[in-house]
Amino acid sequence: MTATEMSESQPVLAVRDMHVRLPHRAGIVHAVRGVSFDLHRGETVCVVGESGCGKSMSAMAILNLLPRGARREAGAISFLGEDVLNAGERRMSELRGDRIGMIFQEPLTALNPSLTIGEQLMEVFRRHRPNRKGEARERAVDMLTQVGIPDPRERLSQYPHQLSGGLRQRVVIAMALMCEPTMIIADEPTTALDVTIQAQILRLLIDLKDRFGLALLLITHDLAVASRVADRIVVMYAGEVVEEAETAAFFAAPRHPYARGLMGCLPSAQAHGSGAPLQIIPGTVPSLIGEISGCAFRERCPEAEPACRSDVALRDLGGRSARCVHAGLEEAVA
Amino acid sequence: MAVTELSASGVEADTAKAERAHAIRRWLGNSGVVIGGSLFILILLATLVGPWLVQHDPFDQSLVKRLRPPVWSGGSWEFVFGTDHLGRDYLARLLWGGRLSLLIGFCTILVAGIFGTTIGICAGYFGGRIDFAVRFFIMVRLAMPAVLIALAIAFIAGPSLHLLVMVLGLLLWDRFAVVARATTLQLRNSEFVVAARAMGCSNLMIIRRDILPNILNQLIVIATVELANAVLIAAALSFLGLGVQPPLPDWGLMIAEGKQYILFSPYLITLPGLAMMLLVLAVNLLGDGIRDVTDPEAKGR
Amino acid sequence: MHSARREGKALVRYVARQFLLSLAVLIAVSIVGFVLLRASGDLAQRVAGAEAQAADVARIRLAYGLDKPLPVQYLEWAQRAVTGDLGRSLFFPENVSTLIAQRLPITLGLGALGLGAALLIGLPLGTLSALKPNGWFDRVVLTVAVLGQAMPPFWLGLLLIILFGLNLGWLPVSGSSGWQNLVLPTAVLAIATMPTIMRLTRSGMIDQLRADYVRTARAKGLKPVSVIVKHALRNALIPVVAIAAVQLGALVGGSVVLETVFGIQGLGYLAWESINRADYPVVQAVVLVLGGFYCLLTFVSDLLHAFLDPRLREQ
Repeated sequence: MTATEMSESQPVLAVRDMHVRLPHRAGIVHAVRGVSFDLHRGETVCVVGESGCGKSMSAMAILNLLPRGARREAGAISFLGEDVLNAGERRMSELRGDRIGMIFQEPLTALNPSLTIGEQLMEVFRRHRPNRKGEARERAVDMLTQVGIPDPRERLSQYPHQLSGGLRQRVVIAMALMCEPTMIIADEPTTALDVTIQAQILRLLIDLKDRFGLALLLITHDLAVASRVADRIVVMYAGEVVEEAETAAFFAAPRHPYARGLMGCLPSAQAHGSGAPLQIIPGTVPSLIGEISGCAFRERCPEAEPACRSDVALRDLGGRSARCVHAGLEEAVA
Repeated sequence: MAVTELSASGVEADTAKAERAHAIRRWLGNSGVVIGGSLFILILLATLVGPWLVQHDPFDQSLVKRLRPPVWSGGSWEFVFGTDHLGRDYLARLLWGGRLSLLIGFCTILVAGIFGTTIGICAGYFGGRIDFAVRFFIMVRLAMPAVLIALAIAFIAGPSLHLLVMVLGLLLWDRFAVVARATTLQLRNSEFVVAARAMGCSNLMIIRRDILPNILNQLIVIATVELANAVLIAAALSFLGLGVQPPLPDWGLMIAEGKQYILFSPYLITLPGLAMMLLVLAVNLLGDGIRDVTDPEAKGR
Repeated sequence: MHSARREGKALVRYVARQFLLSLAVLIAVSIVGFVLLRASGDLAQRVAGAEAQAADVARIRLAYGLDKPLPVQYLEWAQRAVTGDLGRSLFFPENVSTLIAQRLPITLGLGALGLGAALLIGLPLGTLSALKPNGWFDRVVLTVAVLGQAMPPFWLGLLLIILFGLNLGWLPVSGSSGWQNLVLPTAVLAIATMPTIMRLTRSGMIDQLRADYVRTARAKGLKPVSVIVKHALRNALIPVVAIAAVQLGALVGGSVVLETVFGIQGLGYLAWESINRADYPVVQAVVLVLGGFYCLLTFVSDLLHAFLDPRLREQ
């Protein structure tokens, strides 16, 4: 699919200029600063960035599940063409679990310890398909089978603590699929798991995405994960989108210095290099308390120049974009 | 060299000052500490200084002046809080009673605190059989009906102030022991205790220097809870006639003495009860506040 | 299947261990109570009365076996106690077991009523105040709880008597003849216990509402009532239920003072009368029964805890 074809079809999710502000002892934290992106049917978009860059907060903001005290503002958030920015809590709760499934980072804590697996699966179905309550049990068994859990019938009466971390994450995924959603938001779904399990869960997600024709929004700090599943990559830094591109194009030549820095941190990148030590990006993420002016990355950027002190807009580079004063100039130089 | 040292110590002094200012702000920003603390200090001052400011003696009886109502229900300013059934000034007796309650409370938590903390630390520090024995001991203590035992002992031995403090002290140590044990258990394997042991410090030294200071905050919080508890139980025993003995003015005893006049002189009952409530309220608020400030994780429990 | 059998075995072993431990605690309680009653002073002198002749005291000492060594006295008592014979009262014609059987239900009933009322008020208040911590509702409820905790129960009882019994004349002042007699004591017990229940529910709910699984439940689109009651409250209740059982033990153990204030002929009142008459066989028996009741409740509380928290079931 080319970029023009994608923009013609209606996106499953469209986010425009979304901001999230959180109260904090030291002041207001501006955690998400003007994030925009689209997610299309059958597409996987990976939001990548360090912890604290606002990627999880963006996911929660889309579902309006922000922590107490947090404020969300946006130009527009629409899901299947419906304005969900101004939708009430009642409408949102109808969408959550039904049209939008959510997968969390910690399978250990994401499940209620005192309810059985079956109950936690079935209650989603009963909530959203009240006139088909009788099918809930069969549905739960079916979904557990779909996510590859052996002996699904026996699992229904088990409690979360009786399952391993990998199985629990499969249960969480089954829970998100109970009502055959249009879109799934997965927030670091493999981070808390063992490396071998990570690969299995990732493969399962890709597989399910194809089988159910899902739109998948995957949030991860791990570029290696993103490189394997993403159709498009959105890089966030300090609450902003700094680069967005199709996966192949992105990994071929990232346009933002931060994205290049991230890529330099990948062990596989070293393998192509000359055995140089693993790179790190010097410095730390700026404080998000109060307003930031100019490029947020300039303190850590090897290519910073005086122009970086003034605000930088996301530049359209034809099918991709980057938030850097140098972006779009490389070709001219090259 | 001298200049840099000077400036370094100056910076240190500045951060120390800032830290102290921060700590003071934290303490004074807690409503429990501020309200409970000032109420407690007020009660303390009133019971310590008050008796000298009141012109009447709490033991002076006068049959002519019996059951004078307090000033708000038609009495005179001579006896602001009225007089009791023996014509004694109620305000003076209330103040003295407060002194007695505080005395009993403090002595009790001293006895209970020393005993409970000692066995609690031993259990947590040495573990094994000692720990099992102490835990069993705590269970036995909890299973004993405390008020009943105290009443029985007081009856058989004959009630007295010393006995009251001893009995209460030996009945209220359990929470000290539980908390001391649990926190010592956590500290026992901490790095600084392991390091101290590796350096050859004796057990007593480790307990005194590394463990006790670290569990002090929690013990102070328990002490406030138990102080309130001791005041309430002592008052109950006095109310039942087996605590403080007449003619001493104790709040519980005063309520018992006022019981016969409940219909026409209810202030004889309401005033000592209110006094007790204020004291317990002050101590509880203070305790909650101290816990919130020193252990922010447990806030609101 | 296999794991279920293993779980069952572990449960039996756990129950057996807890039972033996409770039994040991109970024996220790009986010994300590026995010794304290005799070591605090001259029991025979107390039985005989302050003005009794030395010869009378000596006769009583001999007649009741108070001259024998303590261990012998205890073993003789314990031997009979095991068969359910707790001795004879020095005052009442009935034997002690009958007396206790008559009085215990009154005290237990009152304790259960008080606890029930406390739960009925404390649970909803704690839950509601946890929904908006530090909101106005929370502050009001917390203030009421703090005030309730600071009131001496016997004083509160007298206040209620003054207000409802004497001034308004709505309810009887004392006695244990009808349900009206139970209203005021139940209120006192409820007010004394409610703050603990309420605070524990509140702090538990605040913790649980922050938990990840609550976010999951919301992300599943469940309705707020379902999220709060079915998910959060269920977990927050686990410690509350355990504490409630122990609280009942405390209410029953502390019944002496309240039953005296309201003149309720329960176990506490019996103990109080008996103490003042030096009727030591009754006092001893009440200590044993209350101790046993406490052990039973902690045992039940442990089982309830394990039943409610699936994670504890296997341990």
